[in-house]
This record gives sequence, structure tokens and C-alpha cells, in this order.
Amino acid sequence: MNWWQRLRRRKQMDEQLDKELGFHLEQHMADLIARGCDPGEARRQARLALGGEEQVKEECRDARGTLWLDDLWQDVRYALRTLWHQRGFAAVALATLAIGIGATTVMFTVVNGVVLKPLPYFEPHRLVAVHGHTETWNVALFGEQNLAHFDFLDCQRGTRSAELTGWVYSSGTLSEPGEPEHVDEMESSSNLFSVLGVPLFKGRAFLPEEDRPGGEPVAILGYSLWQRRFAGSPSALGQALVLDGKRYVIVGVAAAGFRLYGYEGDVYTPMGQDTAGFMQSRGPHPVTTIARLGANALLGQARAELAMLGNRLSKQYPDTNKDRGIDAQPLRPEVGSVRSTLWLLLGAVGLVLLIACANVASLLLARAVSRERELAMRVALGAGRGRLVRQCLTESVVLGLSGGALGVLLAVVGIRPFVSLWQGSLPRADEIHLDWRVLLFALGASLFSGLLFGLAPALRAPSRELEQTLRAGGRSIAGSSRRLHTSFVVSEIALAAVLLVAAGMLGNTLVRLSSTDPGFNIRNVLVTRMGLSPGALGNPARIRAAWQDVLDRARRVPGVQSIAMVDTVPMREGNNQLGYWTTAAIPPENRQPIALATCVTPDYLEAMGIRLLKGRFFSDQDRMGKELVVVIDDVMAQNAFGGKEAVGKRLWIPEMDSGPVRVVGVVRHVRHWGLASDDQAQVRAQFYYPFAQVPDQLLRRWSELMSIAVRTRVAPLSIVEALRKELRGEGNDQVLYEVRSMDQLASASIARQRFLLLLFGIFAGVALLLASTGIYGVLAYLTGRRVPEIGMRMALGASVRNVMWLVLRQSAGMTCLGVAIGTAGALAAGRILERLVEGVRPVQPSTLAVVIPVLVAAAFFASFVPARRASRIDPITALRQE
Amino acid sequence: MTAKSDLPQGTLDLLILKVVALGPVHGYAIAQRLQQVSRDVVQVPQGSLYPALHRLENRGLLDADWKETETGREAKYYRLTRKGRAQLETEAASWRRLAEAVGLILRLSDGGAE
Repeated sequence: MNWWQRLRRRKQMDEQLDKELGFHLEQHMADLIARGCDPGEARRQARLALGGEEQVKEECRDARGTLWLDDLWQDVRYALRTLWHQRGFAAVALATLAIGIGATTVMFTVVNGVVLKPLPYFEPHRLVAVHGHTETWNVALFGEQNLAHFDFLDCQRGTRSAELTGWVYSSGTLSEPGEPEHVDEMESSSNLFSVLGVPLFKGRAFLPEEDRPGGEPVAILGYSLWQRRFAGSPSALGQALVLDGKRYVIVGVAAAGFRLYGYEGDVYTPMGQDTAGFMQSRGPHPVTTIARLGANALLGQARAELAMLGNRLSKQYPDTNKDRGIDAQPLRPEVGSVRSTLWLLLGAVGLVLLIACANVASLLLARAVSRERELAMRVALGAGRGRLVRQCLTESVVLGLSGGALGVLLAVVGIRPFVSLWQGSLPRADEIHLDWRVLLFALGASLFSGLLFGLAPALRAPSRELEQTLRAGGRSIAGSSRRLHTSFVVSEIALAAVLLVAAGMLGNTLVRLSSTDPGFNIRNVLVTRMGLSPGALGNPARIRAAWQDVLDRARRVPGVQSIAMVDTVPMREGNNQLGYWTTAAIPPENRQPIALATCVTPDYLEAMGIRLLKGRFFSDQDRMGKELVVVIDDVMAQNAFGGKEAVGKRLWIPEMDSGPVRVVGVVRHVRHWGLASDDQAQVRAQFYYPFAQVPDQLLRRWSELMSIAVRTRVAPLSIVEALRKELRGEGNDQVLYEVRSMDQLASASIARQRFLLLLFGIFAGVALLLASTGIYGVLAYLTGRRVPEIGMRMALGASVRNVMWLVLRQSAGMTCLGVAIGTAGALAAGRILERLVEGVRPVQPSTLAVVIPVLVAAAFFASFVPARRASRIDPITALRQE
Repeated sequence: MTAKSDLPQGTLDLLILKVVALGPVHGYAIAQRLQQVSRDVVQVPQGSLYPALHRLENRGLLDADWKETETGREAKYYRLTRKGRAQLETEAASWRRLAEAVGLILRLSDGGAE
């Protein structure tokens, strides 16, 4: 019989025990009667001999060994009963805990979905990311290198311990069926879906013979595009689509939510069919590569194989592959700066939970003190101290778990609105769900909280001086309880101070950033990416003519003041980082200084409102065949020429391999990386070069990257429709996409700071509220215990003011200590914030000057009510209580 | 009336095991038998008899069934398990050793003291 069966058969065993003892008594009585006792006397003697019947039963139950479980059950029922009797207390405690645990659970759910959960592929631990590396490559700046297409094919064929798959990010204009639209294209290996182990939603994957030059043009739709453009109709399979002028037959639909490094492709096409120049060479490295380790293969084997292959390739093709190795590492989700944001928020919310715990602990402690007499009585009646401690802890754990259950409910309701707060900036957002991990976390948090706030009251379970406690009868105020209460209040204030200062720092940062000069005029500027008609991309002359036509047409749109082309727009994703040097003796790649290169047309300066500092900007005279010219910003002028005259100097830019270029002007630095991040950016120097001097062979590729920037006389977004219509082109297939006003981009560049401020603001507000109620509760309680003392003081002549001061002094002491500790904590926490969030400066005295009075004021108001109440005590009544 | 002795710690279990070893027996009979056999020297504290029985049952030294007595009443009869028998033997042996040793010491001090 195991303990569970025993527990279930408890009732039965109790009955048997009754029967057994009953039998004993009867036999004993019968014997006594036989010896001549009268029945009444016999009964008395038999009972006397057995001792207390209930006590014997209890001891028998003890002997069975299921005691702890019985006790637990008893304690749980007792705890529930007590909570039910003190509904006010229970409601406050549960609400506090539900907020604390609910908020923590919501944050953890996000952390779990975004950072902790494995990637949504089959057996993701067997997937590895394959990348190339060279000594001179700046990994910190550019990330890991992809593979050249031919290198990828060689590795795919040559690796036995793993199966390689790859894809190339691309984009194009989807012109049929329906309205033309710009779409994200993934040119992928035929085995992409099988290697990742994600079956297609419908249809089939590419066949190996389609993944070759000249293969049948087939395409797979991304799930979202399929829903959007084909209304999720199965008849899409077999239909044709036209992408960048090429016709493909749709053979499949990818699974919903299928993403590659966070990107959901709109259209997948076979990578092997792409015959563009950059795919037919080992020079450029466009192929992102993932591999699945074979059944018994280890990462080490795959790495060794790839290293060998890389070595062979570098010997075989020294021109392109010299010193180029190939390596692999476990595949991890790419979540960028969100990771640190999330941990930061989880930490902040953890502080809120701690405050909630301190609050509940002080409530419980107050209760424990008033129950001291009850507990002492129980000890006097024979309860063990351990038993009482266990009972107190059971009560608080029951409270914790109930609060946790409510918290999980809050989290269930709150998680979607919270995720939508991020406005699409959260990677893996659709993987955020409450799962067993989250529930386990919530359970852990609840248990932890329960034990944390239950410990102090539990350890107060009386052990000594029972007599005194019993005699004092609840009137005594034990010094240790007061100290504990004080320490709870102090820690609540300290924790609230940390959150308030953090919120203050973020607010300060946001105010400062919003008024930061971005280096150009962000008002009334519209920027949009633009796809030329596929028909216009035939030859360089036609491309140039098509762009000229775009500029001319756009100028005719009412409200347009000036217009220019640009490849990388400030504060938007995308940049072109090139190494440069000031003499012909160019050092290796990783020792060259780096600058942001921007390709523009002459009106760019006017369209963006950038100030010219020296020399000139470009004109229509800077064309092919003329001297190659660049304009640099003041940062680059300083970096490259140390503040000496830059105009007229020459620069060598190895990636633009047509010889040195002439600096003809210096303009103001533009905050390319956004209002917040630009100061800390690794590459800040900028130079501009004219679109007219882009070599013919690059023109087609460049055309895919160009955007237009429009300075308007009216609200920029109001001209979008007119512009769209005007630029449609003859084939009605030129599209604008990612249309933004510069205001929007600037604001988006500090979205993270704003979001953090919002959340920290909320957390700090909740913390302030909790801490205030904590102070109020503790003071009300402590003052309540001092009623006789205060009555005595008043009887002896203390004034209202004296009495209020008596209470406020106590609160002021706690507040000051809390603020002091909190400020020290905030300085430490500020360091973390400074490191993790761009644009945050060290804690400013001004921040403290704003935040600390708020805290002190809140504490003062919270203690005012108990103080006021104390001052209205009627001495006669108070003394009579004594 | 003869003087009654308190049972030394831990001996109650041994005595119960010994009584039960003689054959299945119910609680009241155990109490009676202990008292009779010890000629009333050992006063069995009935209050601790039953917890001891339950403890021994729980430890697997005793087994119990409900059976009818001669008078037709249902009673809980205890009997020794194999484990109980082994335990009885060890404990009895160690008790005897102890008793002998104590006896030796007492005899020695009979002549020497005072």
C-alpha cells in the first residue's frame, strides 16, 4: 500500500480504528463486569485504562506515516478558511500578487517566445549556420559572411556529415496577376523546406532539375502573399505569376509563419535558375546557408569537412578564395537588440514583483503579530514549532498560488495587447504563446513569492517566552516586528526608487533625443523606394532615361518642391559601408577606415535640407567620363584630413575600383543611424557620390536599390496617391513601396526608447502605487498598535501636532533610508540601462531632482492618513483599552 | 499490590512482537497477556499499545486481519511477518545480552560497594 492509497483509504482506516478501540473497551468492560464491577464503573475504568481515546487515535494516525500529507491538506483547508474569513485582506493581497505575477508572466512569455524557444523548425538543435570567413573581414561590423553561389554548390556536393541548403534575399515587382506590387523574393535551393523540416502548406517543393540554369520556371508562394493576393484559394496552384517580367508557374504554398531569419518571403523561386552576374562568380557572396547535421554526425565533423572544402577551394581559385575559410556554428534566432530590451523589461517587472511581495509580506506580518496569542496558545497545547512554521508557510504558499493563478489569467488576457504594443518591431511575434514553460515559470514565481513573503511571518512563530505572550494578549508590540515592518517599507521605497529613476532617465533621454538636430530638415520630406518597370531595365541608357523620366514626372506633381534619388535613406534600414584611404598605398581591408557611402542625384542636398559647409555639391556636369567626384561630411573631413582643407583632396575607395576620387565639397553630418544610435555608431563618416557616375555594369543592380526623396510644400503623405499615379509608367508596372515621411522615420528611430519609457513608466507607476499602499498599511497597523501609548501621551498633554509628528517621523525615517538605498541601486541600474539602450546618458542630478520628490511626496501622503487618524484618538477611550 | 515498573524505552515493541509470535492475537489480548505473564509487574500503558501496533504494522513487522472471536465479535488480529520474526530474534538477542551485562555489573557491585 503506498501513501496515496493510504490517503484514499483514510476514512476506511479511521472506521477500523474506531472499531478496534471499541472492541478493546468492550472486552475490558466485559472482563471487569465478570469480576464483579457494575457496568457504569466498568466503563469508567476501561476508559481510564486506555487513556484519552482521541489522543490514542491521533497517535495511531501519526504511526501510519501519512502525516505530512494529512497535515498539508489540513493546512491548506485551514488557510483557505482563514483567507475566506478575512476577505478584505485576501482581496488586497491577491490583487497585489496578481498584478506582480501577471506582469512578470507576460514579460516572461515574450522572452520565452522570442529568445528562449527553439526555432520553429524540425529538430532545430541539429541545424547549423554555415558561413565563410577571412582574416580581413570585420565580423563585428558586418556579421558573418555568406557564401558565393559556386562555393555553396561545391560545399553542398562535398559535405557528407550535413545537408546544406541556402537562399538569396532578393526582391522584385510582381506585376501579374492583379495590381503591380513590390514583393520580397527568396531564391532558394530545392531542398530548403526538407532540410528545415517544414512541410509546405500546399503543393510541392522545387525539384532538383528545376534548381538549375534553364530549369522550368516555378514558384512557391509565401503564406501571407497567398492569403493577400489569392485570398487563400487552392486554385492558385498551377496559375502563373509575373515577377520582374519573368513568368513563373505556382507549384506550392509555404506553411503559415514560415520565416528565414525572421523574414517571411512573398515568393520563392529556384536559386539555381538565377543567371545574374553576381550568381555566376565566386566574388560576391550572396547565399545564406544553413545545414542539417546527419543522423550520427557531430558539429565538429561538419566543421572539419567544411574547413577542408574551404581549403581546397582557396587553392583551386586563389583569385577569389585566397585565405577564405568556411565554418559552421549552431543556428540561433536573430533577434538583435530586442534581446537586451526584453531582459531589461523582465528585470524591471521582477522589481515590481518584489515590491508586491514586500507588500504582501508586511500585510501577513501584521496578521501574524495579531495572531501571536493564538499561536502561543497552540504551542502551549503541544504543537511543535516546525509544525507552526509549516502551517504559516502553507498559508502564504496558498496565497501565492492563488495570486499566481489570477496572474496567469491576467497574462492570458494581456499578452496579445502587449505584443501589439510593439508595433511590429518584435521578431518571432507569432511564436509568443503561453506554453508549459510559461506555466512552469508562473508556478515557480508564485511559489517563490509565497515562500518569500511567508518566511518572515512564519519565522515569528513563537518558541520562547510563551507565558509572556499569552499574558500580554496581543497588546504587546514586539520590537522585531517593528524592525521587520520598517525593513519592508524601506525595501519597497528603494525598489520603487530604482524604477522611478530608470523611467526618469528614459524620459530625459527621449526629451533630449526628440530635440536633437538630425543634421537635416526632417519636416516635409517624403521618401519611398521605387521599382522601375522591368521593361526599362534592358540596357544602361534606357535605365538612365527611365530614372530621368521619373524625376521629371515627379516634379510635375502638385506640392512637390524638389526631388532627388538616393540609395540609402537616413534612419531607414540599409546602408553601404565602404573602406577608404587617403593615399594610393591602401592597407588591407580590416585596417581601412570605413564610411557610409550614399549614391544621390544633384538635388539631394536641397530635397533633404542638408547644409553645405565648403566647396560645392554635385551638378549635372558630374557625369560618366568626367573626373569622379565625392562630397564628404564634416565627420569624414575630420577623420580623413584631420580638419585640414578637404576640398580638392583625393580619396582611394577600393570597392569603387575605378581609381581615386576627388573631394569637391563638405556637408553637415546626417544622423544616419537614427536620433538615438548615431552617437555610438561604429561607422559615422559619410560620403556622397553621384548616381550619374555609377558604372554601366552596376546600373541595373543599383536601380533595384534606389529610392526617391521628395521635399514637399504640403504635408508629405498627402501627395502619395498623386505621385503613385504619375510614376506608374507606360507599362503601368512601376511601383512605390515603403513610403514614409522623414518624420515617421525619425520617430521610428527612437521607438525603442519610447516603448521602454512607456513600460518603465507603467512599472514605476505601479511600483509607486504598491509602495504607497505598503507604507499606508504598515503605518496604519503600527499606529493602531500604539493607540494606548498615544492616548497616554495625549492625556499627558501631547498636542495634535506632536502626535502627527510622532507618526510622520517614523515614516520620514523609513522614506529617507529607502530613498538613500534606492538611489544607490538606481545608480547601479542606470549603468545597465546606459549600456543596453542607445542614447541613455548617466543618471543626471536633474532626473533625481524630479523623481525623488515624487517618491517622497507619495510616501508623505500615504502616511498622512494614519497620522491624522492617530491625532484624533480620544485619550479616554484609548486608555480604557489598556 | 506489587510495585509496578515503567517499561524501559523501546521494550514495548519487543514485548508485543514476542506475544504476537505465539499466534494471531488481538490488541486487548496482547495487553492482557503482557500483564498476566509479567505477573502484573509490567503495567502495559494501553494508550501506547495501539500506536505501537500501528507503527509495527506500518513498518511491515506485523500483519493484521479482521476475524471473528470465539464470542462471535469481529476483532483485528495481528500476526508476525517474516520480517517481524527476524526483528524479534535480533532484538531479543540484544536484550538478553544487555540484561546479562547489567546483571553482571549488579552482582559485582553487591560485594564492593559501601
